[in-house]
Amino acid sequence: MTNNYRYIGKQLPRKDAKEIVTGKAAFFDDIKVPGMLIGKALRSPYPHANIQRIDTHNAENLPGVKAVLTYKNIPPWTVGIPPHIPVLDRRLRYVGDAVALVAAETKEIAEAAIECIEVEYELLEAVYDLEEAIKPEAPQLYDFAPQNMMPDALPLGVEGFEDAPLHHIKIGNVEKGFQEADIICQGTCSYDGIPNPLPPEPPGIIVKWEGPEEAIVWSATQSPSWANILYSMFLNFTEIRSIATYCGGSYGSKNMLFNISLHAAALAKATNRPVKIYYTKAEHLNAFVLRPASRIHGKIGMKKDGTLTAIQGDWFMGYGANAPMGFMQLAVGCGEAQLALRCKNWDFKAKCVITNRTPSGIVRGFGGQELKASLLPILSIAMQEADIDPLEFFKKNYVKDGDGYYWRDSKWHVCEGMDYRKAMEKGGEAFGWKKKWKGWLKPTTENGTKRTGVGVSLHGNADVGEDRSEAYVRLMPSGETVVQILVAESGMGQRDSLCKMVAEVLQLPLEKVKMTPPDSLVNPVESGLVGSRGTYACGTAVIAAAQDARKQLLEKAAEKFNTVAENMDTADGIVFQKDKPDQALPWFFITGPFQSFTGFGRFNTDFTKPNFMMIFTEVEVDIETGKIEILKVLAATDAGQIINPLALKGQLRGSLGSAGIDTAIMEETVIDPQNGHIMTSNMIDYKWRTFAELPEFDDVILESQFPTHQFKAIGVGEIATAPTPAAVLMAVSNAVGKQFFEYPLTPDKILSALGKIKGAKSK
Amino acid sequence: MTTNALPDNQDQIHTIHLIVNGNNVSLEIGMAPHQVQPCHTLLQTIRETLGFTGTKEGCDEGACGACTVIMDGEPVLSCMMLTIECDGKSIMTIEGLQNPETGHLDPLQQSFIDHGAFQCGFCTPGIIMASKALIDKKSNVEIKDIKEALSGHYCRCITHYQVVDAVVDATKKVMRANDDK
Repeated sequence: MTNNYRYIGKQLPRKDAKEIVTGKAAFFDDIKVPGMLIGKALRSPYPHANIQRIDTHNAENLPGVKAVLTYKNIPPWTVGIPPHIPVLDRRLRYVGDAVALVAAETKEIAEAAIECIEVEYELLEAVYDLEEAIKPEAPQLYDFAPQNMMPDALPLGVEGFEDAPLHHIKIGNVEKGFQEADIICQGTCSYDGIPNPLPPEPPGIIVKWEGPEEAIVWSATQSPSWANILYSMFLNFTEIRSIATYCGGSYGSKNMLFNISLHAAALAKATNRPVKIYYTKAEHLNAFVLRPASRIHGKIGMKKDGTLTAIQGDWFMGYGANAPMGFMQLAVGCGEAQLALRCKNWDFKAKCVITNRTPSGIVRGFGGQELKASLLPILSIAMQEADIDPLEFFKKNYVKDGDGYYWRDSKWHVCEGMDYRKAMEKGGEAFGWKKKWKGWLKPTTENGTKRTGVGVSLHGNADVGEDRSEAYVRLMPSGETVVQILVAESGMGQRDSLCKMVAEVLQLPLEKVKMTPPDSLVNPVESGLVGSRGTYACGTAVIAAAQDARKQLLEKAAEKFNTVAENMDTADGIVFQKDKPDQALPWFFITGPFQSFTGFGRFNTDFTKPNFMMIFTEVEVDIETGKIEILKVLAATDAGQIINPLALKGQLRGSLGSAGIDTAIMEETVIDPQNGHIMTSNMIDYKWRTFAELPEFDDVILESQFPTHQFKAIGVGEIATAPTPAAVLMAVSNAVGKQFFEYPLTPDKILSALGKIKGAKSK
Repeated sequence: MTTNALPDNQDQIHTIHLIVNGNNVSLEIGMAPHQVQPCHTLLQTIRETLGFTGTKEGCDEGACGACTVIMDGEPVLSCMMLTIECDGKSIMTIEGLQNPETGHLDPLQQSFIDHGAFQCGFCTPGIIMASKALIDKKSNVEIKDIKEALSGHYCRCITHYQVVDAVVDATKKVMRANDDK
């Protein structure tokens, strides 16, 4: 779309592009803090055990070792809701759980010290599957969570969480809804491969104590503010300064560096030195953040025309052990279920389950991808019976302007959204949906042993407007402008996009707009790059701050020109009279040498403007070998005004990474059920897509002018990825002629479904 | 009877010589903090001893390509080589790509900027070095050559499409520049 903007929507390089391509961008492992020690953890070889005896004597006596911590000598900090995760515990709950911590002068000494620690374990029975875990006879992981079910979260008593987070959608009367239905179906679907978002850069943190409750934290994260939240909310440390480095990929996972933060803070406290912990790739795969496991037992009531009359279900999310954020993912997932499915009668309950697996946590799609992947196959049974085209089903049933939904805050919000049907239709046309869709469980083409099939999925997210943002914009005497907002760079180019918005408001050359480093001491308070909120929420704050500063400048300039501010304008660091452009002065003559104009902008939570993404996909299945190839993906959405087309293009294609589309066919964390060890804990055994295997990727992006901020943008974010696994599962089901209810669809599952092999375990 | 490979006194100090980004570098082998230990990988030496932190450590097991540098014209995984095995080699890292006199970016770097061929940027130095080795060796590079040359590079943000476009474009520019000469 053409526009009259100078920067908005233009194909311009990122401001930091040169730093990236020359290797000058400093990522976590590239920074050094003077006096820094290296921290390492001894990790449990058992999935469930108590430490019976631990002897750290030899480790402590190794030259260069500065501290050895076990559950016996740690600070009394606990995190989680309710607080249940200590720095170290006598009980170990997954293979990779930290047994002891060491801080030493070098990595080599720390590693040697770890090997000197002697431990005797009392082995306990372990449970890995989320529904095995809730059986009465299952081993109990925590006293506070009977049958390994996390208690429902309570109201937190702070803004945005006045009520308990949503964990039960209760609307209307499902019994009545089932009576009204022409079709009633039920089923179970599991999305429980527990894949790893696996950013290329492993997680890391440096903690330095400046006083008893005052610390500086350096980390590679997409949201530096979350270190402040972690330490201040859970641990009551008052003064935390959080500094973010360039972040080598996060996909949600590095928002909250939970266990690693506690470990580094405890070691730094014990040694009175800064301590760095930087995970190896094996630790990253064994002991960091995975996607949750998800399983839904659902029952759907539907009329022949596709109108949903009742949705009932139990949704279980498996979080492994020591996971802090589950309840929020359930809340967002429950909200997002309603966005794609208008229905008058709901009874849908969500529960977090604890198992002896590596903790699951925040991953792009945050509950929504897990929800969509497990719910759409069950809805598909109803659509099959009614013989409804899924594209038509979604167009009919997604939430439109004036419809309401409960969001993660358990409050009812009424949609003020845009009409996405046009994007869906245009997407369908570009993909050739009508031609390729042959009906449910019917292949598009058959050629020898090859079958192709198509699938479509829709996902919506109202977190684009979650939580608050604050920003300052300072107009300097030199004509430069400084943007102050606590936003880090983890790949989305959001720092650049925000600078472009400010440059547009002030009509400045891009190089004149600078942003403060992502440091919580120098920037106002900010939620961060979560929930896909960067474009709308952070954008609103910086635009409002720039407008405020501009207004102050023009008012001051008007005095000088004996006119009113409305007659004044500014561009390229010059103020001028609109009707007499020769009446112009550089900013310096308005500010003088010792004055700047600082504007303030704020974004307030707005859950009323969901964005939606429809994913079309075409796959080829070899029914002789069971191999699946994704041939084509098309992403269709309305992004509002596009801010940075290059960044958007990258974000859409990102659905092929970050534990996204390939969780449908190959990505999973495989454990050995005999001993709980992850068998895919290196980058050869953990499967990922290479340059040689790229499907055709297209997009259809509309640019409706959204009622958001000056530039009418809403952005894309997590919805780029969240619908993809469900779309692929539908396409494979159609190609093979059999509805699948589990992921990933590895060749054994395909051949087993076709009756060609025995033994592939189906849940 | 074997002799200790490590020097045990000063007059037996071994030195290895590398050419890094066009400059001669002599490194002592030993266990002191300023020396290169026999167990050090080339990646450790590049990043920690020489301070060229543009080269990234992703997996440290030869599976992600992030640590790729060019050694005597070939792309190599610097995490899989011991520094003591590299005596006499010429090594180029991402820091060596810019023209040292003019400061101009290599056409490949400029092409990555123009195509937005990165997101988080962590894998970018390795991908650029592997691409550089490819187009320096082969004049008529085809898309399948690029995909094959980069198939060992892990990019999780998915910038593959833009990377391929960037390398194709850079190849054309290099060919055009050569034709003009």
